[in-house]
Amino acid sequence: MIKRSFLGLVKPRLQYNVEPDSVQELPVPNKVILLLKESQNGGRASSLKVGDNVKTGQRLSRSADSADYVISSVTGTISAMEPYVGTLAQKYTAITIDASGHDDWDESFKNEPNLDTARKFFESMAGGPSFTAFADPEKTIKTIVVNGMDDDLLLTANQCVVKNEAAAIKSGVQALKSITGTHKIVITVPENLVQQANATGAEVKTVNGTYPGSLPHMIMKDVLGQVVEAGDTIEDTGVVFMSAEAVAGIGTAVDTGQPRVTKTVTVVGKDGSSKNVKARIGAPIGDLLRACNVSVNDRDRLILGGPMRGAATYSEDLPVEPDTDGIVVQAEADSAQTTDYPCTNCGECVRICPVKIPVNMLVRFLEAHLYEDARNTYDLDCCIECGLCSYVCVSRIPIFQYIMLGKYELSLMETAEATNE
Amino acid sequence: MSSQKKLVVAHAPYWHDGSKISTKNYNIMIAALPAVLMGISQYGAPALAVISFSMACAMIWEFIWSLILKKSAPIGDGSAAVTGLLLGMLMPATAPWWLVALGTLIAIIVGKQIFGGIGFNPLNPPLLALATLVISFQGIFDFNESLRNYDLGFVMTYPLADLKAFGPAAIQKFSLGDLFMGRQAGAIGSTFGLGLIVGGLYLMLRGYMRWEISLSFLAGVFVTALLFNLSDPTKYASPAFHLLTGYTLIAAFFILPEDSSSPANFIPMLIFGACAGLMTVLVRNIGAYVDGVPFSILLINLANPLMDKIRPKAIGKVVENA
Repeated sequence: MIKRSFLGLVKPRLQYNVEPDSVQELPVPNKVILLLKESQNGGRASSLKVGDNVKTGQRLSRSADSADYVISSVTGTISAMEPYVGTLAQKYTAITIDASGHDDWDESFKNEPNLDTARKFFESMAGGPSFTAFADPEKTIKTIVVNGMDDDLLLTANQCVVKNEAAAIKSGVQALKSITGTHKIVITVPENLVQQANATGAEVKTVNGTYPGSLPHMIMKDVLGQVVEAGDTIEDTGVVFMSAEAVAGIGTAVDTGQPRVTKTVTVVGKDGSSKNVKARIGAPIGDLLRACNVSVNDRDRLILGGPMRGAATYSEDLPVEPDTDGIVVQAEADSAQTTDYPCTNCGECVRICPVKIPVNMLVRFLEAHLYEDARNTYDLDCCIECGLCSYVCVSRIPIFQYIMLGKYELSLMETAEATNE
Repeated sequence: MSSQKKLVVAHAPYWHDGSKISTKNYNIMIAALPAVLMGISQYGAPALAVISFSMACAMIWEFIWSLILKKSAPIGDGSAAVTGLLLGMLMPATAPWWLVALGTLIAIIVGKQIFGGIGFNPLNPPLLALATLVISFQGIFDFNESLRNYDLGFVMTYPLADLKAFGPAAIQKFSLGDLFMGRQAGAIGSTFGLGLIVGGLYLMLRGYMRWEISLSFLAGVFVTALLFNLSDPTKYASPAFHLLTGYTLIAAFFILPEDSSSPANFIPMLIFGACAGLMTVLVRNIGAYVDGVPFSILLINLANPLMDKIRPKAIGKVVENA
């Protein structure tokens, strides 16, 4: 954890880790757990049941016409199907597959790069690239940004992919062009990966190595010179972001005819040592930790993602998901603790906020549950969710949590309003 | 999906830069030490008594208040101690015990706790107490009167009182060097210019204080005093005299940048400091009181929420009807 420097006149600068470690490929796990999103109206899975045999690369969905699916990452037998609730109350069905140890590839993947294939197979691959915006007639996507940088501190998973799999990214970029008809494809990388990025055929841009320089909103502003207006999504501005690993996955799928079923994950131990591993999607986190010799004890924190934006989880048995870029284990002594102290108006958060939100005022409204005022007057919608305000807070207020809660409550209100109409 | 290990979950971020309210307050106390020690060395045991009693009283009042309200007592955060220390520094060494007790009561209860405690006070607590005491017990805060039994080897009249009563001709006897080195009559912790500046620089460099406020306040005092001085040098003192006397320096480095009663945005901080400086010199030169610091800063504290409305447009914010 980076502490405040002795001289505090200048703002703290958190630098991304831009030295990717080598990647170790892990063996096929004994079992994988795949999280299949539950559709709005629920409904039981009709086409899947315990005891079914599945093949590697097979598309598993609730019924033939269901849009939600997962790609099986192993060959084996479904041994359990249980409900699972995510951190923001999203409902899933957790499908446990006992792996047979060898891979039989499913033949149903048709090697035709078109939007239908992309939506049917690619969205569940590592990085979870979304093609929804291309199918939406109201949106015109002019640019695709391939993010070759990692979102959070310490992590180097995406940078590894750029470093080692430039050829796959190149095919991916070609495939994306024919799938989407978008011809402006930009790859954003740190300075030291420019050479590899040049080989991918995409337009190369470098990103700022200081956190939060590689968050999509910051890339939009600093690299593309487009500001995403509050309340709009990045897709509304005509840009789609995909991680380098997702594009490499598309490239591999198109080249070999087999969708990518692995995910590169940076595992960071308690002593700060990091290691990159390539694991099957759905492999239990515990397998990855054991492979990296990272032990977890009671009262530690097990963080999926990085230290600024990740999500602490409760069990080593949870699976690696397509968007799990990192696993960080933090000892109890190193964990940041929040307090219920009030804001003293010192202004540290105001000065560090990358989008100039008056966080000192915002947090007062959020604490009082005045979410609509927080959005209308104090720019809750402008927040890019970097977590720096909580990081510097002298009172140790969980500001980031308040912000996410506020956004979540507002989204519930909007859903309720839409349902009432 | 069950696990034997009990892991701790929490929301991101999982890193913190390690800053704490208590560290900040202890650093403020460290920064105040040079000026306090100088005061104690000049006025001896009575000064030490006032400072210690003031800090103790402030903490006790806060503790009693927490007991009454059945809240947890935040005594360890050093906030009450800092309030007590600063109030002690603003008092003459001869202040009687009941004045100190009353002053800290006003600072802690009226100045801070009735608004909700730390972070909620609209006015600076020690300054509010000082202003109340100055109005109520003018005799004690007449430094010429209260320090008449001291002879420390320099001119023992209060410079600002001389200026008010006799005009700039009467302050020829003070050399700027003496004023800067604390060889002047005044409150315990407010006279040692060098010590206060060193403390202020320490806080600025460590990032515990907003330099914008301090420097703009000093600039405000300097420019306003300079304009007065240029308009009529026989009537108004030089800007350097205003900077080095009275409560100017302690206000600049310890009182004015207090967190909750000052703005957080850049431009408001500059306006806030400059206005406080302007008001201070206005009160001193054409007002009724000898030192304008308590009243001018309290007035500017009230304008703080309004000033902090001047803020940069958040990136991505959509301005309607623009």
